[in-house]
Amino acid sequence: MEDNILTVKGLSVEFRMRAGVVKAASDVGFDIERGATLALVGESGSGKSITSLSIMRLVPPPGEIVSGEILFNGRDLMKLDSEEMRRLRGSEIAMIFQDPMTSLNPVYTVGDQIAEAIELHERLPRSAAWARTVEMMERVRIPDAARRAKDYPYQLSGGMRQRVMIAMALSCNPRLLIADEPTTALDVTIQAEILELMRGLKDDFDLSMLLITHDLGVVAETADRVAVMYAGRIVEQGGVRDIFHNPSHPYTEGLLRSVPRLTEEGMKRRRLDTIEGTVPSLLDLPRGCAFAPRCQYEIAECTQRDIPMITVNGGHGSRCIRADVVGDEAAKTHPERSGRAQTAGI
Amino acid sequence: MTANENGTLVEVRGLKKYFPAGAALFGVGSDEVKAVDDISFSVRRGETFGLVGESGCGKSTTGRCILRLIEPTAGRVIFDGQDLGALGSAGLRRLRRDMQIIFQDPFSSLNPRMKVGRIIEEPLVIHRTGTKQKRRDRVVELLKLVGLEAGHAGRYPHEFSGGQRQRIGIARALALNPKFIVCDEPVSSLDVSVQAQVVNLLQDLQEQLGLTYLFISHGLSVVEHISTRVGIMYLGKLVEVARSQDIFNDAQHPYTRALLSAIPVPDPDARRKRLALAGDIPTAINPPSGCRFRTRCPLAEPRCAETEPQMVEVKPGHFVACMVVAPEGKK
Repeated sequence: MEDNILTVKGLSVEFRMRAGVVKAASDVGFDIERGATLALVGESGSGKSITSLSIMRLVPPPGEIVSGEILFNGRDLMKLDSEEMRRLRGSEIAMIFQDPMTSLNPVYTVGDQIAEAIELHERLPRSAAWARTVEMMERVRIPDAARRAKDYPYQLSGGMRQRVMIAMALSCNPRLLIADEPTTALDVTIQAEILELMRGLKDDFDLSMLLITHDLGVVAETADRVAVMYAGRIVEQGGVRDIFHNPSHPYTEGLLRSVPRLTEEGMKRRRLDTIEGTVPSLLDLPRGCAFAPRCQYEIAECTQRDIPMITVNGGHGSRCIRADVVGDEAAKTHPERSGRAQTAGI
Repeated sequence: MTANENGTLVEVRGLKKYFPAGAALFGVGSDEVKAVDDISFSVRRGETFGLVGESGCGKSTTGRCILRLIEPTAGRVIFDGQDLGALGSAGLRRLRRDMQIIFQDPFSSLNPRMKVGRIIEEPLVIHRTGTKQKRRDRVVELLKLVGLEAGHAGRYPHEFSGGQRQRIGIARALALNPKFIVCDEPVSSLDVSVQAQVVNLLQDLQEQLGLTYLFISHGLSVVEHISTRVGIMYLGKLVEVARSQDIFNDAQHPYTRALLSAIPVPDPDARRKRLALAGDIPTAINPPSGCRFRTRCPLAEPRCAETEPQMVEVKPGHFVACMVVAPEGKK
């Protein structure tokens, strides 16, 4: 049996617009080991959601997967026809989104919506599907599940709605769960409950997970491996400890340093480190490394050619030719790009 | 701003804001959402007072009531020695120059049809300040102050990124040289790296211009970083007020403790002891009797349902409203 439930290789997604070609994802590749959680991290527009939609083959037009292989359980999803793909979605790969209110149909009860998915994929009669629905709602710890199943989405709180989405996603026993910012819209105490629930269910259901998030705290608590995206590319990937303790791409380092921390040390720091400048337009990516114009370690070579993924050690890789000196203050060629030394205005 | 450098700039006393719940739609029933229910605190000159809580706790309503963008149901707001409730509309307008607000969403708070220069100039026009030329100069000065360029004045909001738009919102708030700015979730919709840029900018401006901030956020770590003192809100009530480092090191209220423990730590080796809360946040329409947090509180006792806990000073400057951890006798 394969070790990896999912392997993505050389995935590129483009949107042909009137203004030009938007390269939403370029040469994206990663593996998810069976039973493991991979976190795809990045800021808005970095390509993390489009990557997950590509796995489901749900890239909206005019977007198009222009190259790449997506191997799920040994099968190349790019070679499935639309009927085969539809059977796979929901049953073998399920997805949950940030905002449960817009993913649920407001005019059907939540129980009906879960039962519909079960009837469709498992070909069960209505009564059995309903029993399974209530059981699933109990497993995601919705109190008084049999009664709440008859509620409409608006009657539930945000946290309860996300539980319903999780129940629906898991109702057909998927092998892979794609969770796109599952807790971003929730309050922090509710977020903690949902993350706890997801960790428990992952073991119970023997799931593998692709978690998409911008919250590094959620990543540290949930992921086994991390892939960091910037401007449509994975710029660094590795085990969660490699990424947090030994970041080897300047972007990852900058991202980790710009988070305000609830620690004594964090509070003493008067200014936060920043990454100066803004993300480049995907319509007009700079030559070479897309992060170079904001990078503290930039040298001439960075913008002269495409930068390949370089192995740091074992499963830890970085798309940076200076990966070995990241973290070394003395190696910085542009320390002013950290924003720490700057003051506003004149 | 010399005589009382550390005096109070804004004092909030017994502030309440009730909204009618559904009654307007059907004309019957008298349910009220007690969005803010009898809170008191003060903001000192030159400090940043952080107001933290989860959605629906009343923190934004509090900010808006202070600026009289919405009319409070009861209570007083004293700004720089003047009772805002006692001022007529002309007096209030005059005072509004001194009080500004920065909003969460930089996409919906800037008029998409106005050029940036016009957006920043607008408060000056409304308050009939300076000549056309002077206002133009001021716009350029403001753009530079927030880290943008003079040339940006001729562009439209859609040409800017989220972080840049937030800078435009800040420039607009600064146009009239205010003393006090309510920052309502100013960084919540921004990406982490941009968030840090805006937090730094706000701190620099505070230092240069001697500003006082009320910083409203649901993100405790940002608030901790930027605030001098912090107030924690739950369902329309303040439950704890203390210096920022005391909230972080020595939180007393069980809700504050749960909130702190719920924040995911960006360190895979951090040891976590999570104080799980039972259930969802109740609605503010018919909030629980007595202590509003009791339905989710791990320490709740029968008496918590009977009386509302009062703010007790557990140590200098550190106030807690909880009968269990801060009994009133200790005062």
